[in-house]
Amino acid sequence: MSARLPKLTVWRAIFALILAAGAYATYLRVRYGLGGSTNLSDQFPWGIWIGFDVMCGVALAAGGFTLVAIVHIFNIEKYRPILRPAILTAFLGYVLVVVGLLYDLGRPDRLWHPLVMWNPHSVMFEVAWCVMLYTTVLFLEFLPMVFERFGWHRPLDWIHRISVPLMILGVLLSTLHQSSLGTLFLIVPEKLDPLWYTPILPLLFYLSSIAAGLAMTIFESWHSSRAFGRALELPLLAGIARVLAVVMSVYLWVRFLDLSHRHVLGLLFQNRVESWLFDLEIGLAIVPTVLLFQSAVRMRPGALYACSVMVVFSFIANRLNVGTTGLEAGSGTHYIPKWSEVAVTLSIVAAGFAIFRFIAHHFPVFEGHAHESGPAREEETREEPVAVG
Amino acid sequence: MANAILYDSTLCIGCKACEGACAERWGLPYDDKIAAEGKISAHKLTAVETHGEHFSRRLCMNCQQPACASVCPVGALQKTTLGPVVYDAEKCMGCRYCMQACPFQVPSYEWDKQLPRMRKCDMCSERQVQGKPTACTEACPVGATAFGERDAMIAEARKRLAGKPDGYYQKIYGIAEAGGTSVFYLSAVPFEQIGLRTRIPQQALPETTWRVLELVPDIVSTGSVLLGGIWWITNRRAEVARKEGRR
Repeated sequence: MSARLPKLTVWRAIFALILAAGAYATYLRVRYGLGGSTNLSDQFPWGIWIGFDVMCGVALAAGGFTLVAIVHIFNIEKYRPILRPAILTAFLGYVLVVVGLLYDLGRPDRLWHPLVMWNPHSVMFEVAWCVMLYTTVLFLEFLPMVFERFGWHRPLDWIHRISVPLMILGVLLSTLHQSSLGTLFLIVPEKLDPLWYTPILPLLFYLSSIAAGLAMTIFESWHSSRAFGRALELPLLAGIARVLAVVMSVYLWVRFLDLSHRHVLGLLFQNRVESWLFDLEIGLAIVPTVLLFQSAVRMRPGALYACSVMVVFSFIANRLNVGTTGLEAGSGTHYIPKWSEVAVTLSIVAAGFAIFRFIAHHFPVFEGHAHESGPAREEETREEPVAVG
Repeated sequence: MANAILYDSTLCIGCKACEGACAERWGLPYDDKIAAEGKISAHKLTAVETHGEHFSRRLCMNCQQPACASVCPVGALQKTTLGPVVYDAEKCMGCRYCMQACPFQVPSYEWDKQLPRMRKCDMCSERQVQGKPTACTEACPVGATAFGERDAMIAEARKRLAGKPDGYYQKIYGIAEAGGTSVFYLSAVPFEQIGLRTRIPQQALPETTWRVLELVPDIVSTGSVLLGGIWWITNRRAEVARKEGRR
């Protein structure tokens, strides 16, 4: 759908439509404030700009830190070819999360306030610092692709020198950030439905972000292999899928234990919206987990892709449930996003795809392994900008 | 010594004098149309609600350990020693976490403004500094709203409950709710019947997130050592393998 395509395709038309709607929604946001552009209310102060744009955007970028850890810290070199795209995805994801925040904050001009006004007791303070620091780290991890592109060897060496501490910092910041998005909701024990409210929300958010990040890596490899006519690194992806199956199993088991210890398993079978949404979320997680344990599934690109899509959808359902639907009853209100909220969200996702495509075309994202000797040290994975949310 | 408000629903006659006094104190418009609005909002920081034959006045509870102040990333909300939870609009970046976190659903937002603020009652903080009671207390013609030292207000509430065992639902709303508040309610009927949220945790909420936040230094230090160590081991292994391979 990017501007690179020579002819007017259906996808390009949809892309243009989405951006046009997003532009008008942006005008509404600026001109008429949050009231004129969202369906938020005093009872329901957070909508999909938080529940999707921020919470999904951040976690779908988790492929970046997961692959950095795999390739650079655990030194499992064979995954290097998919590292750079993952880092690019994560970087774009975070940049677009910041864009999403600019829409959602009542005073976006004060985005910098947490830098100088501190409240270490606030989870949001931790979140703000993680966003700022990790975006910077991702930028530095992305820079080698730029330096290589223009043949700047000296700055490449500099970055190279700090790369190990940088990557450790990146993994730590991600760990804090992914889990803290879950911690955010620990303050609303009486509002969030008991199916989702648990003291281990931070742990669940962390585990599920790793799963979502791995699934996004597969998802994005599949798409970029089609878009750029590359061969799919199937054995690599099958390896990733194996890890994904294990992570998902652990995640599902911890969730089951949590529900059981809190004695809320009975809620699963009640006839209410929350239970249906919960069952959908869990079903979308169980099916691909079971399937991915079959080697026949892992070695078939189509099946592998379908499984990764299910994991991503299950994950998005989870974040939306925790961030919006699970809070409705407890807040005594209903929330359906306004069209302008949806338009902005879709525009951000679409822009993410387009920018990813542009960068992948013009910078050494996918041929990172060709530079083995020097610069490639940094990263090479591939994920789609979808993360962006 | 902290102050508190004691609101007695059984004495309230629903005259809304408190609403008018509150609007005046904040410099907000107040007319018949606004008086008819039955809930608190960004332009009406206290509201007398009608529930059947009972009245119930909503205002910020000014909690002892406010969730809003604990979650504010920029420290725009602060609990003062006199009792009020005050708000500094100059710091606020509009994340609205305070609204999400408040178990009483008190903070309101100026949704339609281009440069919005959060709005809520702050128990007339600056009047208290001058030793004066809140504007709403002063305006109340029947003593349904009383103001004074927090312990004295609790004692007064207990006295009223004991004096009229049949006239009151025998509980004080605000003693245990969210770990204790600076506004107490007495009522003839159970509190949910006068529109108060009753599923509120009986302990202070900031603890729920602090429990996790206080682990951050541990996670960072342990994580750095662990990741650094793993890198050191795996990298050394790769180096050795490389050298041996060359040989």
